[in-house]
Amino acid sequence: MRDRQLRARDMLRGDLEGEELERYVEEKVVVTRFEEMLNWSRANSMFPLSFGLACCAIEGIPMSAVTARYDIARFGAEAGRASPRQADMIILSGRVSIKMAPVVRRLYDQMLEPKWAISMGACSSSGGMFSNYAVVQGADKFMPIDVHIPGCPPRPEAVLYGFTKLQRKIMGNPDQGWRQRYNAAGTEEWARGGPASTPSPEAVEAYEVARELARA
Amino acid sequence: MADGLSSPLSAPPAVETEVMTINIGPHHPATHGVLRLVVDLEGEVVRDLKPVIGYVHTGIEKSCEDKSYWKVIPFVERMDYVSFFFQMEAFCGAVERLVDLEIPPRAKYLRMIFLELNRIHSHLVWLGTTALDLGAISMLWYCFRERERILDLFEMATGQRMHTRYFQVGGVIEDIPVGFEEKLRKFIADMPVRVGQYEALLDRNEVFLQRTKGTGIVPRERLLELGVTGPLLRAAGEPWDMRKTFDYLAYPEMDFKIPVGTVGDNYDRYRVRLAEIVESVRIVEQSLDALPEGPFIADDRKYVLPPRSELPTSMESLIHHFKLVTEGYRVAPGEVYYAIESPRGELGCFVLADGSAKPARVHFRDPSFINLQAFKDMAVDTYVADMIVSLGMLDPILGGVDR
Repeated sequence: MRDRQLRARDMLRGDLEGEELERYVEEKVVVTRFEEMLNWSRANSMFPLSFGLACCAIEGIPMSAVTARYDIARFGAEAGRASPRQADMIILSGRVSIKMAPVVRRLYDQMLEPKWAISMGACSSSGGMFSNYAVVQGADKFMPIDVHIPGCPPRPEAVLYGFTKLQRKIMGNPDQGWRQRYNAAGTEEWARGGPASTPSPEAVEAYEVARELARA
Repeated sequence: MADGLSSPLSAPPAVETEVMTINIGPHHPATHGVLRLVVDLEGEVVRDLKPVIGYVHTGIEKSCEDKSYWKVIPFVERMDYVSFFFQMEAFCGAVERLVDLEIPPRAKYLRMIFLELNRIHSHLVWLGTTALDLGAISMLWYCFRERERILDLFEMATGQRMHTRYFQVGGVIEDIPVGFEEKLRKFIADMPVRVGQYEALLDRNEVFLQRTKGTGIVPRERLLELGVTGPLLRAAGEPWDMRKTFDYLAYPEMDFKIPVGTVGDNYDRYRVRLAEIVESVRIVEQSLDALPEGPFIADDRKYVLPPRSELPTSMESLIHHFKLVTEGYRVAPGEVYYAIESPRGELGCFVLADGSAKPARVHFRDPSFINLQAFKDMAVDTYVADMIVSLGMLDPILGGVDR
């Protein structure tokens, strides 16, 4: 340990030279792009929105997964934020009813870029067992979802696994093109008079459908 | 907070103020789910309050009409998702009364064990989250430590942590596995000690005491008018508990007390629930000691699946199995209301049968929904901070409120 510290000091002073310096640099220094470093730090210091919908909330981020046995702090995502303006990630933990869908969408729109969404459990992924009038059949009908976690409710381990999947995604290719696909540019407030940017005709149609859902 | 120096609660304010309407929720960490509160505030004092519900309305009662009786069980579990065993018991018990099916004694005792463990689990979730709202963050960690042990027991016996679908019409689906009893005994030996530790953490915490004592008082008569049941009513001094007043499972054989409060403030509600945990431990212990041998599910092949081992050898069993799985069993026309004591109060299940294999109507009297009506009485003319405490102590589960 002491030896290493001395060598680091030597290097900083410029005392290491030639072959010794080369070997030291090869051992200690990682060369990367700034983008990748940024993504690495984003993936490992996530602020989830402390937001719960139904059953999954007890097993997921707001509760079980943060407590001692599962401890999502190991992956750097324990600091739940109450305000969507401060959050990086939203976990849809539970069934999304038609009354709740506009609220969820609005929360998502209020989050600042870059942002990610996990759909936890069968209900928010596909409607689950509730194929009826009240439940939106899959939250990806009205907002982009990055990772779906199966289960009813998923175990906290499954949440952790889903979260590490999201981390890999962030470190690899953060958006995988869905922003273009959904035309989800910027952090505009959707609920008040439409997005600030000019959306594509498909997006306008999608907004219309969402508004009608909100009215119903 | 009730005896502040210059309390604006009763006296007219010195400066001119105006009432401001603000909206709390549906996304708010202190509303315990997706409850929306439209609150009229005068300064920091709540003058009027309207809870807006329906944000997790799932249409469960309607979905139940579309499923055969045995397929309804997983649906009702997901109503009040913290007390899933109680939902199952309410529905299975109602159907058992409809078809006049007696469940074997071992099943009764097993059900009681799981119901009471679920009650402890529910109160632990309540204590952890409510203390979190009050700023006592470490309580969440301690409560969830014990909760994980209960969920381990559930998982051991049923294969699932939550929403276990363990109770069947006629009994329970599986006997408890080897090693379960030992693990459960360890847990019930630990739990009263843990309750003592929670009390030591909270009962000498001046902040906690000041925020709970004397806040959110609703008179007993008013609670009775509103139909409030459960720990809220018991904290106000009314010893109403379905386990004592209504004969179901083997509760009459159990020796346990009903904790009641005296003042009916938030502190009493907290004390009543903690005392209930200890009483539940006693019930679990007694049922475990008295656990009778014998079958764990009734032997009526019209309603109960035959054992798996019989299927390759007995044609008759195969036919029964096929009939039950494809169509389900038909229930003669009739209706029944069956009520039990859930952690939040009287949980009733009304089932209307029309002679087919599907119920014509399944309705739940959910205690969270009824109790939420008392929230206005608890919170009006108190501070916003006290309103949050009252809501925590009310312990509504929005999945049960909206269904």
